[in-house]
Amino acid sequence: MPEPPSEPWADRQRRARLRLLRMHYESRVGHIGGNLSCLDLLLVLHQEVMGPDDRFVLSKGHAAGALYVTLWSLGRLSDEELATFHKDGTRLSGHPGAGAIEDVLFATGSLGHGLGLASGLALAKRLKGEPGRVYCVTSDGEWDEGSCWETLIFARHHRLDNLTFLVDLNGLQGFGTTREVADLGPIADKFRAFSVPTVEVDGHSREEILGALRPNDEAGPHAIVARTRKGGGVSFMEGRMEWHYLALSEEQYLRAVGEVERA
Amino acid sequence: MRDAFCRLMVEAARRPEFVFLTGDLGFMALEPLRDALGPRFINAGVAEQNMVSVAAGLARSGLRPWVYSIAPFVYARPFEQVRNDVCLHHLPVVLVGNGGGYGYGVMGATHHALEDYGTLLGLPGLRAFVPAFDEDLAPLFGRLFEADHPSYVRLGLSEKPAGAEVPPFGPWRRLLDGPGWVILAAGPLAGGIWDAARTLDDAHRPALWLLGELPLDELPPAFLADLDRSRRLLVVEEHVGHGGVAEMVAATLLKGGRAPARFEARTALGYPSGRYGSQRFHRRESGLDPASIVAFLRSEDVP
Repeated sequence: MPEPPSEPWADRQRRARLRLLRMHYESRVGHIGGNLSCLDLLLVLHQEVMGPDDRFVLSKGHAAGALYVTLWSLGRLSDEELATFHKDGTRLSGHPGAGAIEDVLFATGSLGHGLGLASGLALAKRLKGEPGRVYCVTSDGEWDEGSCWETLIFARHHRLDNLTFLVDLNGLQGFGTTREVADLGPIADKFRAFSVPTVEVDGHSREEILGALRPNDEAGPHAIVARTRKGGGVSFMEGRMEWHYLALSEEQYLRAVGEVERA
Repeated sequence: MRDAFCRLMVEAARRPEFVFLTGDLGFMALEPLRDALGPRFINAGVAEQNMVSVAAGLARSGLRPWVYSIAPFVYARPFEQVRNDVCLHHLPVVLVGNGGGYGYGVMGATHHALEDYGTLLGLPGLRAFVPAFDEDLAPLFGRLFEADHPSYVRLGLSEKPAGAEVPPFGPWRRLLDGPGWVILAAGPLAGGIWDAARTLDDAHRPALWLLGELPLDELPPAFLADLDRSRRLLVVEEHVGHGGVAEMVAATLLKGGRAPARFEARTALGYPSGRYGSQRFHRRESGLDPASIVAFLRSEDVP
């Protein structure tokens, strides 16, 4: 576990949301909705849970911005570096690149890869007798991919106790709601049907996220289904399809900043 | 080649970093390896995409994973996992595909691997190895355990001619010296061609070269000398023409300012008759069998 942060959660959350909005606004980059939905998960994980032996894989690579801002909040990326996001010559591509920054172990962006990669890391820890856990954040639409289910079977069969995966359940995917596109019903029930211990939380509640991440003795892997809001924290973005893609206009940016600052 | 493969894998079990993943293959073959490796032997089930991602995670952690299945299930089914998870990160994962080319014979087209190295060699840093004889595996595997890049190994059936002395494994080997055509063959089918061609009369006997590693680096001086003399090159491979050795060697020769007077390529033609059969049957249909090659050489006038 890292040192507990001295700054109150509300301030940390606000600071990160503002930085994420600014980065996407300045770079004229979309995908902001799915970044805001998982930002709180990434912040709590990296700021309050993960220690030096732990590893992280962002399976929903389109939330690279949220990861970069999280690393910035830890002092691992500078403001100057964030200013290069999406620009020519950057290390911070729209989906995390291979070997670009030390904290990103794998290039992701094609969905359905991260959980398998995380399972390999977790299995390696077991085979080598190394401490620490592996955390992986997937999207919800990503569970359309068959490879996710391959990995779920594998991780459960091999009882990867040191693996925790979190699903950012924002309910929206590329061209519709998850219900409209390929309705999985309650995904937590699907995980439980695979005998994977599963907790459901409010993905914007620090306390609930922390509670779900507390170590327990159940056989792994551990699933956390986090109910989130696409565009979480910015009312006019929340739950709206277009924020999967669109970049912010100046007016929208200022309105979003105003809302986050007042919250 | 599978017996030699299994024996060498068991020997490698003493390496603590070695992890073996199989896509539910190995009945009546890999049991000794399973026993030797214990928890480092992983039957990943019939789920090759996950198997390759897991291997990437293992390699990223400093382990040495080998991934084994029937060839198409190693390179075609999980192609994106090979590309993104393994090759983008230059991880030393070894992909082992059993039954290269038409190796699975009458099992059918889904089990054939006719475009494996051509497909994979577009990926960054990957090297493909096509051993031809059982003897090739030990030196090759020693090297793969030290490699700092992704590898693909295409396994087949060793077809060493009776009494032949196999030169030690390497990217380029000359199996037969002769004044006729220069033949460049990839993989085990070279064995049958070697056997048939060595009985040809002096004038028609080819210089037979065997290629064991791709992509091509520099063409060796002895091969170029043979070609300068012969001016005729025949490439034979159990692989489709697109992305194959014939295309690679032609481009390399042209870039080097050399163009043989004659250039022929015998490649896998797929299923021209729509019928299925043994590996021999399919080779014959594509003109890759020793009899077809020898008939071609005999039909050529001696210059």
